[in-house]
Amino acid sequence: MNVVLITIITLSALGALAAVILYFVAQKFKVYEDPRIDQVEEVLPAANCGGCGYPGCRAFAEAMVSSDDISNLYCPVGGAEVMSKAAEIVGKAVAEAAPQVAVVRCNGTCENRPRTNKYEGAESCTIAATLYGGETGCSYGCLGLGECVDACNFDAMYMDPVTGLPVVIEENCVACGACVEACPKDIIELRNIGPKSRRIYVSCVNKDRGGPARKACSVACIGCGKCEQVCAFDAITIKDNLAYIDYEKCKLCRKCVEVCPTDAIHEINFPVRKPKPAAPKKPAESTEKNAPEVKGNDKPEEK
Amino acid sequence: MLKTFSLGGVHPAENKISAGKKIEVLPTPAQVSVPISQHIGAPSTPVVKKGDSVKVGQLIAKSSGFVSANIHSPVSGTVFKIDNVLDASGYKRPAIIIKVDGDDEWDESIDRSPELKKDIDLSPEEIIKKVGEAGIVGLGGATFPSHVKLSVPPGKKCDVLILNGVECEPYLTSDHQLMMEKGEEIMVGAKILMKALKVDKCIIGIENNKPDAIEHMNKLAQEYEGITVQPLKVQYPQGGEKQLIDACIGRQVPSGKLPIEVGAVVQNVGTTFAVYEAVQKNKPLFERVVTVTGKSVKSPGNFLARVGTPINDLIEAAGGLPEDTGKIIGGGPMMGKALVSTDVPVTKGSSGVLIMPDEMAHRKQAQPCIRCSKCVSVCPMGLSPYLLMTLSEKGIWDRTEEEQVMDCIECGSCSFTCPSNRPLLDYIRLGKGTVGQIIRSRNK
Repeated sequence: MNVVLITIITLSALGALAAVILYFVAQKFKVYEDPRIDQVEEVLPAANCGGCGYPGCRAFAEAMVSSDDISNLYCPVGGAEVMSKAAEIVGKAVAEAAPQVAVVRCNGTCENRPRTNKYEGAESCTIAATLYGGETGCSYGCLGLGECVDACNFDAMYMDPVTGLPVVIEENCVACGACVEACPKDIIELRNIGPKSRRIYVSCVNKDRGGPARKACSVACIGCGKCEQVCAFDAITIKDNLAYIDYEKCKLCRKCVEVCPTDAIHEINFPVRKPKPAAPKKPAESTEKNAPEVKGNDKPEEK
Repeated sequence: MLKTFSLGGVHPAENKISAGKKIEVLPTPAQVSVPISQHIGAPSTPVVKKGDSVKVGQLIAKSSGFVSANIHSPVSGTVFKIDNVLDASGYKRPAIIIKVDGDDEWDESIDRSPELKKDIDLSPEEIIKKVGEAGIVGLGGATFPSHVKLSVPPGKKCDVLILNGVECEPYLTSDHQLMMEKGEEIMVGAKILMKALKVDKCIIGIENNKPDAIEHMNKLAQEYEGITVQPLKVQYPQGGEKQLIDACIGRQVPSGKLPIEVGAVVQNVGTTFAVYEAVQKNKPLFERVVTVTGKSVKSPGNFLARVGTPINDLIEAAGGLPEDTGKIIGGGPMMGKALVSTDVPVTKGSSGVLIMPDEMAHRKQAQPCIRCSKCVSVCPMGLSPYLLMTLSEKGIWDRTEEEQVMDCIECGSCSFTCPSNRPLLDYIRLGKGTVGQIIRSRNK
């Protein structure tokens, strides 16, 4: 009987002592984690793609909660919807960011850009890029080995076997920027999706002068400046013989598309132009007449 | 038993087709394009402009930093333009294009007499300065500015000069032929380098597949105090700096360090000849011996070509492009690089043009690694190429660095020996490039 009693008392005393120690230790080493981090993480897409610039969604949630100014934080996968939910949780104002999509700025298909040599090295764009300019006369364009496709975690890209160029599947693209990082030639760019998914962009990154550029690829931007002249919104700038359309300023008037002598400017998701089939032809004719003039304009720059 | 380096190495078929062919002087082309980046380091700054007339040997681009080199006009004529030209890098890069006028008027200061000038008048400092002014770079292919190599950093001591007459690359014979024809000049060049480095010992390493060169140089060396010829066993990549030091004097250069760490400086025999010409004849570096060779080439040979000459002229001089051509390589078959165009100009680093018939020009289908470890046993730097390749492929850069990817000399022995035809060196180069960038940004 006595033994039972002693056992119970000793064990209870030990238990109480341990409880007291544990209580103080717990107080001492308490880690306070803002419950909002969990809440924010809950709303995030859990893609862990790194598109926001943080290593995973948890880190992004922590940044959302800890930073005072969250205007530079943006989850490209979740977009405005997720961002507004997350901002509501942390009670801060979120910057409006237009949804974006990856755009491949090269149209050097087998037809447009004749092959001048053959690459047999390792199947990696980065390796090919360190060795030389590529299988064609254009040393700026797509190498066609698909490193961007490998980098995509959202099944939003594939290599078109006919053209040899990567294609972005708009519905799947979350604009995380993994392909932009992967491309050693800096061909892929994130651009605003635009109203009704309509976009206009220069599908070329060739910085050679007009002559060599055109010789290497029939749809290369030759830097003639016609689009820059016709643009009423100052959206187009020419630098290093290459036109660039600022998607923030572009009002999608499509005038530049019409005047481009090499069809380097692409319009996406616009309805087919039906009323005046002659209209786009005319400028095309005039550009042909102007072609020598373009060259003439080009020459003084050579020096 | 002949000496060689202690670790790894392979022995590819030698194919020295153009051996024994006298050096032919290539006629000056109608137009040359001289790239402003022909060396390791910062590209030079052009000092001429469109329309300027230049003479042979006139400075046209000056060194733009410590590790950089002067470039001199290889022809006389007018500067046509400075434009981007496709060069051996596979990219269009700035080059000075000169239209040749046909007079071939040389700069007055250059001594064009063929007499051998033995007496060295300049002091060591003056020699180094002269070598720098003449734009001399390592002519073995690495194109490292020679005056930098000759400037021994404070606290370091050099006790031996090693001349590289190994020419371990198959097919190439330019150094071999240069030793046969300009042996005496190379000896004086060696003396000049010894004076600049303040050493009294010089070893010329020559592989045993050139017995005539060994005999010839040995005979000449009798008259020059301190110079000895070291015959070496044929083993690729013996021409690598660190391998050659190991083979000749048995010292191992520690990982990540320069040869000066073990008291040695290595110069190619071609470079030595250029040093002789610069110091004794005041002639800057604007021409070099280039081997044009290949199994189906009509008349393979060694040509003295001006820098900037299109490769096409060399090929024409060797009997034209064979019909079965599959690939044109700038340099040797092991470390050379396929060229995308025959308009690519000859540069200071062009040791050869190798024309491969189509049946030999293609890579075989890569198979999975069978863990035979052949690549490990042939690696002259003691690395594990199979592992480095996998790590680079997967982008595990920290491990790649730990496995000492930066020690790789890119000799290609691993890819050469791989029974599965795996592109080992391609990926190791990728790893080396990326890790190099990481290290540089970390040290900033």
